[in-house]
Amino acid sequence: MSKKIDTIVLEEVVIRFSGDSGDGMQLIGTQFSNTSALVGKDVSTFPDYPAEIRAPQGTVGGVSGFQLNFGSKAIKTPGDFADVLVAMNPAALKANARWVKEGGTIIVDSDTFNKKNFKKAKFKSEKPFEELNLEDRNIIKSPISFLTKETLKDMGMTTKNVLRSKNMFTLGIIYWLFNETLDVSINFFKKKFKKLPKIAKANEMALKAGFNYAETIEALPRNYKVAPAPIKKGFYRNISGNIATAWGLIAGAERADLKLFLGSYPITPASEILQELTGRKDLGVKAFQAEDEIAGICTAIGASFAGNLGVTSTSGPGLALKGEAIGLAVITELPLVIVNVQRGGPSTGLPTKTEQSDLMQALYGRNGESPAVVIAATTPSDCFYYAYEACRIAVEHMTPVILLTDGFLANGSEPWRIPKMSELPKIKPPFAKIGEKYFPYKRELDKLNRKWAIPGAKGLEHRIGGLEKMEITGTVSYVPENHEVMSKQRAEKVKRVENFIPELKIYGDEDADLLIVGWGGTYGHLLTALNEMREDGKKIALAHFNYIAPLPKNTFDVLSKFKKIVVAELNLGQFASYLRMNFPSLEYLQYNKIQGLPFTVVELKENFNKILETK
Amino acid sequence: MKKANVKNYKSDQEVRWCAGCGDFAVLNAVYKAMAEMNIPTEDIAVVSGIGCSSRFPYYMGTYGFHGIHGRAPAISSGVKVANPKLSVWQITGDGDALAIGGNHFIHVVRRNIDINLILFNNQIYGLTKGQYSPTSKMGAKTKSSPFGTVEQPFNPGELVIGARGKFFARVVDANIKMCTEIFKEAEKHKGLSVVEVLQNCVIFNEGIYNFINDKKERSDRQIFLKDNQAMIFGKNKDKGLMIDGFKLKVVEIGKNGITEDDILIHDAQEKDTALHNALINMRSPEFPIAMGVIRAVKENHYDDLVEKQIKEVQEKTSIKNMDDLLCSGSVWEVK
Repeated sequence: MSKKIDTIVLEEVVIRFSGDSGDGMQLIGTQFSNTSALVGKDVSTFPDYPAEIRAPQGTVGGVSGFQLNFGSKAIKTPGDFADVLVAMNPAALKANARWVKEGGTIIVDSDTFNKKNFKKAKFKSEKPFEELNLEDRNIIKSPISFLTKETLKDMGMTTKNVLRSKNMFTLGIIYWLFNETLDVSINFFKKKFKKLPKIAKANEMALKAGFNYAETIEALPRNYKVAPAPIKKGFYRNISGNIATAWGLIAGAERADLKLFLGSYPITPASEILQELTGRKDLGVKAFQAEDEIAGICTAIGASFAGNLGVTSTSGPGLALKGEAIGLAVITELPLVIVNVQRGGPSTGLPTKTEQSDLMQALYGRNGESPAVVIAATTPSDCFYYAYEACRIAVEHMTPVILLTDGFLANGSEPWRIPKMSELPKIKPPFAKIGEKYFPYKRELDKLNRKWAIPGAKGLEHRIGGLEKMEITGTVSYVPENHEVMSKQRAEKVKRVENFIPELKIYGDEDADLLIVGWGGTYGHLLTALNEMREDGKKIALAHFNYIAPLPKNTFDVLSKFKKIVVAELNLGQFASYLRMNFPSLEYLQYNKIQGLPFTVVELKENFNKILETK
Repeated sequence: MKKANVKNYKSDQEVRWCAGCGDFAVLNAVYKAMAEMNIPTEDIAVVSGIGCSSRFPYYMGTYGFHGIHGRAPAISSGVKVANPKLSVWQITGDGDALAIGGNHFIHVVRRNIDINLILFNNQIYGLTKGQYSPTSKMGAKTKSSPFGTVEQPFNPGELVIGARGKFFARVVDANIKMCTEIFKEAEKHKGLSVVEVLQNCVIFNEGIYNFINDKKERSDRQIFLKDNQAMIFGKNKDKGLMIDGFKLKVVEIGKNGITEDDILIHDAQEKDTALHNALINMRSPEFPIAMGVIRAVKENHYDDLVEKQIKEVQEKTSIKNMDDLLCSGSVWEVK
């Protein structure tokens, strides 16, 4: 018999799970998002994990977090601050205290709150909540470890294995708190542990025990309900940025009728793209794990020369290593997609954290006049569309294209309405015709691309390479005037991509007092700040860029309409500098953050309001 | 089948190496090997890195790709894996392959991708005008080692063995007939074939191979190894190789009771590397330099395994195209 419980309806909720790297926080975070999405809520997620695989247990450095925001309205960010924080030990509490809303709820595993762990987490006292000024929060101390052990005591499992299920006990509590069904997770256990029915059973038991425990205890006097979001009809799935990128590349190759070849080297946070594509032999993808970053891109260039769509994936340090080879693709004018999942730099920097600081490297990080197309994805799911776009531009314009995503997009996930492949335009490779005399550097009039002759085709034998070539014939040429002609043609070819991309559009008020300018992965935060400020009656607009080199044709017209422009980005002002260089007559304010973290909507609003108030 | 014309394999470009360079001979041997094997020009891709020899693709009437310094093994790997029907030839030098490209070199050997890798070893950097290379002998005086080098050189064949290579042959530029024959063997071998060409740089390292190449003495200073044949050499075919403990030794047939039957028989297909390594390491003047196919072991090769794996996976899967993939796994409908 269940007690009568107040159920409060909420529009959106932010939950942050945190614990040791080995506590399974990413897993329960993903489980909760899947359940929420399946029952029709909009969800946005953000894993926040340390660079060390298993840092010493119980230390702040080893804390792994997973934040998710779900709601009955359109959710564009994983949320700034958490309504509910789950902390599996004192270190997790310490690492995440700053992210709990005032009046928020904190659920801790009280069994881990002991002297030993306080010391490991470097608490000065044995009063962690006091020390962190969290006393006004709703703190629920649950003996999660003990109750999990009790629940599974008859399963004949080792204590170590039993304790692995404490994350599921915790998830059970959260499911009760938000009135969610357990079915999605129970089905997941059954599938995942098909061959280990005991483990599946243990997880299910822990999950249910957590749920029942939450229902029983007085500490949780009420639970909450979040209604489904008004979502467009269709079939949906959850997708992360890296998977969306990998799939977008396959989609691009499929729409071009080309085989996809990935040459890559493992690097955080891009490795998932390599892993996903190595698993796609079903679709004929050839993914080559190379000996280093340079070999990764060089195999891709070789594959493109041989008639595949060559692709390489990496993160900032890898892009630096690939610079010379990108130049080779620029001069040989072959299709090539380079995915750069940006992370904090310089050097090894912050491997697991997000940043937008590779923009200048993508634009200019090569020797010589070496123009390439640079585009950026803006949400986890639109990584699919921009990966496809990168393929389209690379193939149809015969050029390397750098696709910038970032750690936030790569690891974040959201529900995604599944497109039909027929919704994506066909990509038409500019193949040379067999039977016609082939001139490797003869250009087509509209795009200025050269034609692509694939080895194996009789009569189209030709030689290309890193040395400057004579225009049209493609023989090696040191003629001074020819070098200038070719340099200009390569630049003009990339510029003309502007005729084949959408124009820049404006969100918000056409007559705004302030135009926010952003690019890439900050879209969700900037848009949410914009919407909330407009709800407050402010006149404000957002221009968010996906296409960076070349810029959309109407960029200057759009920017010049506004009195004030602020460029907000997660670096020290690289896009602002780029705009200053391109349109020096305009004035640009900047809002920059370089902490390895996404923006918060709160800080954005605060800053934009300040700008609006300044005369 | 009618032999193809050597001319088909030539491009219309003027060959620009220094007069007297050993590269000319190798180029002609490659033309001949391809013509004799009648490989269609459109099915050949010649890939190179940077250096004198790496200009090679421009002189071919086939598909060609002139890459960047040291990276040709990666580029040619991409070409072959992407388009396995092609006959892929990679041209490289001692600096390109063993210094800047050392990492790619050992990995392309390890992966055993079906590529013919022709390594021009002139023990010097020619294109940058005379600095020592990773194969320059200890003490070599060059533009960048005016007092002699103080570093040990690589022996390319030993690296191939170390990287678990399956095919290694050695030829000398001056012997076009031998080059042609061995290039054909390399093409026939499935998997990565390394052919080291002892090549004379007429400008910066003139005459380094004169000792072993001397017209009168060369049959005493080289041994042309052939599979299943006795390791006999010398003007009068009176010298041979025998095992002495763990080492090789040169013996004279007819002396000390040694007959032809005592001489080692060359087995290029032997998987064990010990004897191949010993042959690779024979040095003048104590030993003749080993020429010909020293090692040719049959083994699965990467490009073929990839195709097989794709076929296997595709036979079993229900995911046939991108639409299938998009709708696979956890999908729900919003009505």
